[in-house]
Amino acid sequence: MTDISKAPTPSALSALRSIAILRESWIGMIGTGLILFWVFVALFAPLLAPHDPLAILQPFAKPGTFHVKSGTTLWLGTDNLGRDILSRVIWGARTVLIYAPLATVCAYAVGIIMGLAAGYHRGWWDTVLSRIGDIILSFPVLVLYIIVIATFGASGFNIVIAITFASAPGIMRIVRGLALDLRNRDYVAASQTRGETSFYIMVVEILPNARGPLIVDACVRLGYVIITIGVLGFLGLGLPPPKPDWGGMVNEARGMAMIFPHMTIIPCVAISSLVLGFNLLADGLREVSLRD
Amino acid sequence: MNDPKDNHTAPVLEIENLCVSYFARSGEIPAVIDFSLSLAPGESVGLVGESGCGKSTVAMAIMRYLGNNGDIVDGSVRFQGRDMAALSEAELRGLRGSKIAMVYQEPMAALNPSLTIGDQLTEVPITHASANPTEARDKALNMLRDVNLPDPERVMDAYPHQISGGQQQRVVIAMALLGEPALLLLDEPTTALDVTVEAGIVELIAELSRKYGTALLYISHNLGLMLEVCDRIGVMYSGEIVESGDMDTIFSQPRHPYTLGLLGCIPLPHSDKNARPLTAIPGQLPLPHERPDGCNFGPRCGSFAAGKCGVDAIPLAVVPQEAGSPHHVRCARWNEIDPATSLPAGDYRPPNEVGDTVLEVDGLQKYYTVRDSSLRAFVTGKTVRYVKANEDLTFNAREGETVAIVGESGCGKSTIARVLMGLETATGGEVRFQDASIGDVTAQERSPDQLGALQMVFQNPNDTLNPSLSIGAQIGRVIRKFGVERDADRVRERMLKLLDMVKLPLEFASRRPRQLSGGQKQRVAIARAFAGNPAAVVADEPISALDVSVAAAVSELIMDIQRDNKTTLIFISHDLGAVRYLADRVVVMYLGRIMEQGTTDEVFSPPYHPYTEALLSAVPIADPTVEKRRIVLEGDLPSVLNPPKGCPFSTRCPRRLGDICDNELPAFRIHGDGHAIACHIPMDELEAVAPVIAVKEHAAE
Repeated sequence: MTDISKAPTPSALSALRSIAILRESWIGMIGTGLILFWVFVALFAPLLAPHDPLAILQPFAKPGTFHVKSGTTLWLGTDNLGRDILSRVIWGARTVLIYAPLATVCAYAVGIIMGLAAGYHRGWWDTVLSRIGDIILSFPVLVLYIIVIATFGASGFNIVIAITFASAPGIMRIVRGLALDLRNRDYVAASQTRGETSFYIMVVEILPNARGPLIVDACVRLGYVIITIGVLGFLGLGLPPPKPDWGGMVNEARGMAMIFPHMTIIPCVAISSLVLGFNLLADGLREVSLRD
Repeated sequence: MNDPKDNHTAPVLEIENLCVSYFARSGEIPAVIDFSLSLAPGESVGLVGESGCGKSTVAMAIMRYLGNNGDIVDGSVRFQGRDMAALSEAELRGLRGSKIAMVYQEPMAALNPSLTIGDQLTEVPITHASANPTEARDKALNMLRDVNLPDPERVMDAYPHQISGGQQQRVVIAMALLGEPALLLLDEPTTALDVTVEAGIVELIAELSRKYGTALLYISHNLGLMLEVCDRIGVMYSGEIVESGDMDTIFSQPRHPYTLGLLGCIPLPHSDKNARPLTAIPGQLPLPHERPDGCNFGPRCGSFAAGKCGVDAIPLAVVPQEAGSPHHVRCARWNEIDPATSLPAGDYRPPNEVGDTVLEVDGLQKYYTVRDSSLRAFVTGKTVRYVKANEDLTFNAREGETVAIVGESGCGKSTIARVLMGLETATGGEVRFQDASIGDVTAQERSPDQLGALQMVFQNPNDTLNPSLSIGAQIGRVIRKFGVERDADRVRERMLKLLDMVKLPLEFASRRPRQLSGGQKQRVAIARAFAGNPAAVVADEPISALDVSVAAAVSELIMDIQRDNKTTLIFISHDLGAVRYLADRVVVMYLGRIMEQGTTDEVFSPPYHPYTEALLSAVPIADPTVEKRRIVLEGDLPSVLNPPKGCPFSTRCPRRLGDICDNELPAFRIHGDGHAIACHIPMDELEAVAPVIAVKEHAAE
């Protein structure tokens, strides 16, 4: 009898294959490059940052100013309090790359559970969950954020809660739509005829087969969440002030944007490059998945 | 340009050594190789072959419509003497839809759902003949009359979804003919339709091509249909024409082993599952980029000779004959193959022993409720209506027996399967399986033993397996779920045994469904159904989505396993050819009711229920020696929401007696030993009906 256990597992193979295929999409490769750049920056922030992001060096320094005391050049200048912008952008990458994926994962967990329950069971499960989703979606997102964060206070944890609360209904709709289609497949009927529980069918028979569109959506949504975190920081609803946060940096420099444009432009470029990276990756994934 | 005088004899279409390739990620994939064909006005030629053989690509290449990644790499296509390759895009647009028209498989996808039929039809003369709207409307109306649509005025103003599938296909044909084409390409035009509707469309196509002198290229996988429409036929295999010639020549004197193999796979009226079982062609179609050296059919051929067949590409040879169009065959050993003795047939197998009754269905009813929230429904108090999917069904099945349930789409045959499997519960009546009542017990409430004892094989091979799990994991899950084995090693052992039983290599355990072909997936589904040693298996159209040769292999496999395990098989199908071959007893259904039931021989010979008679006549038979009485049903299937008051078949019945049929439900009359027919016509009159199918006497015999 042939020994099958030694062969590489198919899931590992297919993961390798999808990465290899992504190489065919230039757009996807550029996106991946941008994301990997920021992941690298976030991982090695302590080594890459020339200064302590909270240390006050010399206020209102333009980019390229030589800082005499430490004997270094301030490549991106300093902010109104004299903190090194380069170091703050580098440390800020950490904040974004911790909270954005965390919030997206939480939003997906809630959205998938709700969507599977509504789409697979239909009936009153669907009615109740969809109506709850509709009610949440009918509020402007900003209002939702302000309500949640004003109620619970500004902290990283509450950002995650606010984003989950506001995005889960959208994810639920996608998952519900996919589940409504997949529940009619013969393999679902086959598992019903062998007496599987609803939980098994939802998690093993339906969810894995909905992954394609969900992965693409997750990439786009991750981009939105990064913007959202930026917006929350800008509105003063993000992380409490001294912590380096891209949105917060824009907010603090807002009044001086005309005189010291670098203070706002640099964090803005950081935000948009990372968002762009995720959007390009999503485009690339979609393009590759459409080819045969 | 041709001399106008002999235009009527000049071929409409000449294809010479056409080679078409698709360019994909993995490189060039040749789809059609060295394809030649000449088509005279009014002639109809069939292209037959299994999926992936390149027959649709030929049609697309004729129109030079191959998409971004396809290209004609060699050879030429000449239409009315003009080289298609030399035409500009604008000239091609002028030809497509006017001089060359095409009818596709899915009528609903060929019509724009947001425009009326009239808008879509008048577009053709307005675009191609610069007609004004009134002329165009007149032309369209005339054409709708020509395709035998009732009430053409109403159809003109209807949207596609408001007419039935058969009517939609008639509209598509009308649209194709409106441009007065010289060449009509038909790509599986009836595959998506019911048999009785198909019969009407096929007759229409043959009649119209005679009337308009249009040349037809008819593409299909169904040899029986070809026989009814075409003069000549080309058999394609793996991108090449392997044999071509007159219809009769190909059927009576086939020379290519593939043609012989195909003919051996098709159940005919005289095939017998015990005395002379069908033989499938071993192996499977090679992938286009993995074709073998020499003959493409070599690895599957019984007459393969290594030195002769496996080296160079095989050229088309001409088989000498006295009359008729030339008979070509692409085989290196064609003159060594004798068509009379080479038609494959399996060995005799003893018939199944039939045991005690396993499944009893008694007065089964299944209604679906439809809520109507319109104001009218509220006023008349009819807010809830019922779709009577199954009404008063009574039949039983014994151990080791194959009971077929036949009928067209919408007759409620799949609903029975869902009730038996516990996916739905019955509204009324009783279902007893192994002495337990299961009619109102859902699958979740059944014990593992009960679940394992009654399993199902589904229709669509691409849908029956979870794409995300390996084959081994899916079969293993069933074994554990039914409590056959618990220990991981024992489960694995049993899983490999099941794979072996369905004749799949054991490496398949770690493969994903997408790495398997349709037939292989269906084998896995069979292995899964037999994991719990079932007493009965419900097979809902298990072979109708498969290619001819694969279908033969899968049905033989099911029968072998059934024989070894004494399994009861409930075989649900619309294909009477397969049913006649496979089943011991037949239940004929129409609009949720049983019309006739009895043993296969009883049902397939007089006395017939008039519906069975029409069904039998509609089924194409791939044998020119068989003569059929033609019965084409008028009208469409009535809506299940509003079935006729009396006999459900009364609205379409060619033997309708009168008011009694419209108003009174006929009771079952028993003829002989358990052959039941629900019809008002007296039994002796039904007995006097001539058989639908008769085997012609050979002139030589």
